[in-house]
Amino acid sequence: MDTTQYLEMFIEESREHLQACNEHLLILEKNPSDIAIVNEVFRSAHTLKGMSATMGYEDIANLTHKMENVLDEIRNNKLHVTPELLDVVFIAVDQLEEMVLDIASGGKGKLDVTSTVQKLHAIETGMEIPLAATIVAPIETIESAENSKTNLLSYDDYELTIIQQSFEQNYSTFEISVSLRDDCLLKAARVYMVFELLEKMGDVIKSSPTVERLENEDFDQSFTVALVTVEEKEVVQKKLMKVSEVTEIIVNEFSIEKLKTRQKDKSQNNEQNQLIQGNVKEDLQEDFVNEEEQGKVSTSKTTVAIGNKTIRVNIERLDILMNLFEELIIDRGRLESISKEINNNELDETVEKMSRITGDLQNIILNMRMVPVETVFNRFPRMVRQLTRDLNKKINLEIIGAETELDRTVIDEIGDPLVHLIRNSLDHGIESPEIRKANGKPEEGTVVLRAYHSGNHVYIEIEDDGAGINRQRVLKKAISKGVVSESDAASLTDQQVAKLILSSGFSTVEVLSDISGRGVGLDVVKTTIESLGGTIEISSTEGKGSLFSIQLPLTLSIISVMLVELEKEIYAVPLSSIIETAIIKPSDILNAHNQKVIDFRGKVVPLVFLEDVFEVPKYSNEEKYFSVVIVRKGEKMAGLVVDTFIGQQEVVLKSLGTYLSSVFAISGATILGNGKVALIIDCNALIK
Amino acid sequence: MTEVVDGSFVKVVVFQLADKEYVIPVSQVQGIEKLIHITRVPKTPSFVKGVINLRGVVTPIIDLKNRFGLGESSLDDSSRIIIITQNEMEVGIVVDSANDVLDIPTDLIEPQPEVVGGLESDFIAGVAKIERRLLILLDLDLVLNPIKVGV
Repeated sequence: MDTTQYLEMFIEESREHLQACNEHLLILEKNPSDIAIVNEVFRSAHTLKGMSATMGYEDIANLTHKMENVLDEIRNNKLHVTPELLDVVFIAVDQLEEMVLDIASGGKGKLDVTSTVQKLHAIETGMEIPLAATIVAPIETIESAENSKTNLLSYDDYELTIIQQSFEQNYSTFEISVSLRDDCLLKAARVYMVFELLEKMGDVIKSSPTVERLENEDFDQSFTVALVTVEEKEVVQKKLMKVSEVTEIIVNEFSIEKLKTRQKDKSQNNEQNQLIQGNVKEDLQEDFVNEEEQGKVSTSKTTVAIGNKTIRVNIERLDILMNLFEELIIDRGRLESISKEINNNELDETVEKMSRITGDLQNIILNMRMVPVETVFNRFPRMVRQLTRDLNKKINLEIIGAETELDRTVIDEIGDPLVHLIRNSLDHGIESPEIRKANGKPEEGTVVLRAYHSGNHVYIEIEDDGAGINRQRVLKKAISKGVVSESDAASLTDQQVAKLILSSGFSTVEVLSDISGRGVGLDVVKTTIESLGGTIEISSTEGKGSLFSIQLPLTLSIISVMLVELEKEIYAVPLSSIIETAIIKPSDILNAHNQKVIDFRGKVVPLVFLEDVFEVPKYSNEEKYFSVVIVRKGEKMAGLVVDTFIGQQEVVLKSLGTYLSSVFAISGATILGNGKVALIIDCNALIK
Repeated sequence: MTEVVDGSFVKVVVFQLADKEYVIPVSQVQGIEKLIHITRVPKTPSFVKGVINLRGVVTPIIDLKNRFGLGESSLDDSSRIIIITQNEMEVGIVVDSANDVLDIPTDLIEPQPEVVGGLESDFIAGVAKIERRLLILLDLDLVLNPIKVGV
């Protein structure tokens, strides 16, 4: 039971729980009387405490323990939720996050949490600051040093709590000492078997020597464990004796009283530690009182195993898997067309079945790489809360479409740019409550963070109802910084002016704050987004607010397309941009300013004759009817005129290679069932 | 400049375009393919024939004859596609025929004579005279300079 293999899981789950804490605390702040939310936070804190204690991160366990106590007081209506109280709890969560982060980057997860612990304790006990709480952490190390000498188990307050709680739940606690044969060869294997049996019967809460040392066979012939179980003493003993090469099993039942006397003895023997041990007892007793109050929710939690198993896979391996799967898809397409030609029932059935299975497989593989943007978005409410306090503004953050999924690689990169943009909106966009009031706006500003799919892209938008972009100020600044020349400035459209704030070395705020950088931020945002193959647009109305719209590619390598024919050439139109297809008569085509348009469900849609755009060599002429694919880019639409529709197909998106790095209106290529290459049309380039 | 093996010999693939013989170092040749279906890519320069499916990889094909301003290659059964790798980029070139692999002593390679006129001289790294054949060594860096068209 080496803990390192659980480390990843611990880190992931800790993050989840901390995130849950954050979210619920924010809700709690808005509904201070909702005990259900307190329960949620309490549950997260409690699980975290259990996990961190198991993993040996004392500081985290210590801090969560105190946090839990405070939450418990709230739950029992002994304390009321105040902003001050929440501030302290938020600090605690922050520190927890810091420690988890430290662990994640290979550190020990140590942090001086004394002051926060004291603050929490002060809140809990009504503003008294006892000394005991501050020395809990060092005791553990001394105790464990002793363990190895005496081979008698001693417990820290967390473990004692569990024992205490299990008594209340009619569980018994046994100290079991296991002796192995002198000539036992694979001691670690026996230890493993013993532990496996023990864990079937109950929970091992302590072992001496430590689990790591047992696994490394770094012990003599015997070891001792503490087990919390519902089984009878005899049953436990009998079951353990079945493990071969075990010579002796001694099972001792014990109670808290026994333990206390034992610890007292120990402290008397060891004069050096006397003082500290005394403190432990004080602290213990205090904890017992608290734990008893906590009641059943917490006790049942300690025995719940952590479900939802995950493994981490290197993204490179997923890429390899994806590449192999792409080849399979191409062959599938080929098989489908062969089976159509041969027209053999058995072959058809097999191919059909294979298509279904590969379809399922495809979903799984694609989903493995897709992550909801929620993972990025969920840290923003907390950030906004903090910033609004720092800035003395009233701002409400609204998140829409957090379930929108994006490829993992994009998700990893998009976090920082969004932080910059949101900070920018809060700092420069939303005005202070006084100004807002004076301008006839509600005091509370609104920032909307929105994500949605459209076409082959994912859009992330940040919209605020703040001051908007001041054209004159931006221009003045841009000219003084040499970003644009004075003569050019006058001819720029509002949108172009807005885009100037993305140029490097640009910042219009006279007083720089530490909130939104030093004028380098937005420039970095633009670069990052462009490096991801995306674009950023700004539209702004002065006095009304601004909208930052980020367009990101869905780096999906398998997409659904509609195949269309232009003379003898086959092109693919991504299904995601298609609204519908239509067949129209030449008389339906209207002329508007040299642009052929059609009336499509009450809307005027411009027509794009792909044959002309793509300069397709013509063989036939004069069509009786036109086949039109109606596509869209955001709000705009266009009708692509093609010769015939072939049908829908799943295809593998391939790049045209570096040699043909950017071809007009072609986003890539794909290989069809017959082995030929078809080009994929980039509808966005065709819609102006 | 193309790379030189051992300092004494370069192994090259010889192919024909119009009446002239050109060579490319074997180390840069991925393979020689028979002509298969080429998908035209719109809005590209005329020497870009299109793309082919080379065992699952979409590979652009260029017509060297057209690139050198020597007219259009007539695609027939003897036409071959030589797949070249250059700076991790794969490109196929259409040639009239590919018929030989030779070892050229490096000291026989001379810089291109200044009088060789025409567009193709821009792409020549050197010439080598072996027996009675004049072999033209191509500078693939220049031939395969990526093109950016459209937006």
